[in-house]
Amino acid sequence: MLIKKTADIRSSQVTSKSLYLDRRKFLAGAATLAGAVAVGGVACVSAAAPEPTQGGQKLPGVVKGQFNTDEKQTPYKDITNYNNFYEFATDKYEPAALAKSLRTRPWTVKVEGMVQKPKTYDIDSLLKLATLEERVYRHRCVEGWSMVIPWVGYSFSKLISQVQPLGSAKYVEFTTLNDPAQMPGVRYRVLDWPYTEGLRLDEANHPLALLTFGLYGEVLPNQDGAPVRIVLPWKYGFKSCKSIVRIRFMDKEPATAWNKAAPNEYGFYSNVNPNVDHPRWSQAKERRIGEFFKRPTLMFNGYRDQVASMYAGMDLKKYY
Amino acid sequence: MLKLKLLKLAVFLAALIPLARLGWKAYQHMLGANPIEVITHSTGDWTLIFLMLTLGITPLRKLTGQHWLIRFRRMTGLFAFFYASLHFTTYIFLDKFFDVNEMLKDIAKRKFITVGFTAFVLLIPLAVTSTQGMIRRLGKRWQMLHRLIYISATAGVVHYWWLVKADVRKPQYYALALTLLLGYRLLAAQRKKAAPARLAAQSRAQAATGA
Repeated sequence: MLIKKTADIRSSQVTSKSLYLDRRKFLAGAATLAGAVAVGGVACVSAAAPEPTQGGQKLPGVVKGQFNTDEKQTPYKDITNYNNFYEFATDKYEPAALAKSLRTRPWTVKVEGMVQKPKTYDIDSLLKLATLEERVYRHRCVEGWSMVIPWVGYSFSKLISQVQPLGSAKYVEFTTLNDPAQMPGVRYRVLDWPYTEGLRLDEANHPLALLTFGLYGEVLPNQDGAPVRIVLPWKYGFKSCKSIVRIRFMDKEPATAWNKAAPNEYGFYSNVNPNVDHPRWSQAKERRIGEFFKRPTLMFNGYRDQVASMYAGMDLKKYY
Repeated sequence: MLKLKLLKLAVFLAALIPLARLGWKAYQHMLGANPIEVITHSTGDWTLIFLMLTLGITPLRKLTGQHWLIRFRRMTGLFAFFYASLHFTTYIFLDKFFDVNEMLKDIAKRKFITVGFTAFVLLIPLAVTSTQGMIRRLGKRWQMLHRLIYISATAGVVHYWWLVKADVRKPQYYALALTLLLGYRLLAAQRKKAAPARLAAQSRAQAATGA
């Protein structure tokens, strides 16, 4: 009897995540088409499917959004294994494992402060507040590395219009969960926990500002800021607050975590700017993850056309 | 003698393990999303570890009486220089791509680079004068010169401390080790100074009692 040995498959021969996802997109597209053909009468199958709640589960109903870059997307493996998430660890390779202890359900986001309609949103209702879009953004870390990430979410302005800020509201503050039971990193006072970040109201209302629930078409892995984070592609990564539990509208500039830790190094605005160096290193160049040579950093991370008008007349060396 | 030679070979090979590990991981694509950052941090870490080991030999030798330990000091010191050279090469090649202008600007402008560069430069004369012949030729001045390691190691730890964004726990461990190692030397020097005086006092006392 001839027993055939199964072929060894090298990992390099396995379909990459992006190709795999393209296949999914193709299938999703086909499904949408089929749904359109069968419109009227046939119950939608996905309605009965359980809510996607865990990192890696596919998010339904994602449409292609605007502002997409066609640069090569950073592999899923790198986006989910190289994370600055100090609530878990200050080492970038550790959150991938440590963030498993984060429970993303039940989860609520309190929206409060100077708004007409303050409300505590359950995460699943927040997910359905608007159509989910895929936005392929550049991501530039203040440390000098960058990625290209296909995020999934909707413009934060959609949520702002729901709660209706008062005329006195000028700023928005975001707060990350601060639970030592789930987040080993907050047991050490590396930063003044909880992590807070902030924006001017016009920045928050900018369509680029993305309230984000997923990446690569799937629910955000915990280490990338599940279940909900903000993504601000024209600012350094640390401005994009992760695992948000509270959003507060204020009349004063909110204190932000990194600014409190080192005010001369991390300003409130922290717009990506190759002409303004970090006091300890240059910001003129960056290393795109996966590339060997450094590339020049672009003003506002390449979103100058979209955002520059918000800072017209401001001395960006002073308001770094 | 043979035993010492074998032990020296073992230590030599062990000191190469960090480099071999890096090379193997790089070859296997196991250095993660940002390999150059990993290489930079790893070579920097091992420079500091070998500096601490080198500074640890004398106290250990004196405290335990195991004087053969001194035979390893040159090797650990040279390995500190070896890893520092790799660390520096990573910086000029993979960070600055041999742009000397850029590099000089960096050294002048960024204080963590300034102290790091100082730490490295101070190690060069020590490596150059580490041969038997040089030790003989320099005589007493050799020991004076090699005290530069105190400054180099201190600058190395400060370099690390100034580099980190917020979590200074690891630099703190190095600072603690350095404080103990240099503190021991200060105490030993003070006791040495006090020792002759004590002996003199003793003999005076003995003479006075007519013993």
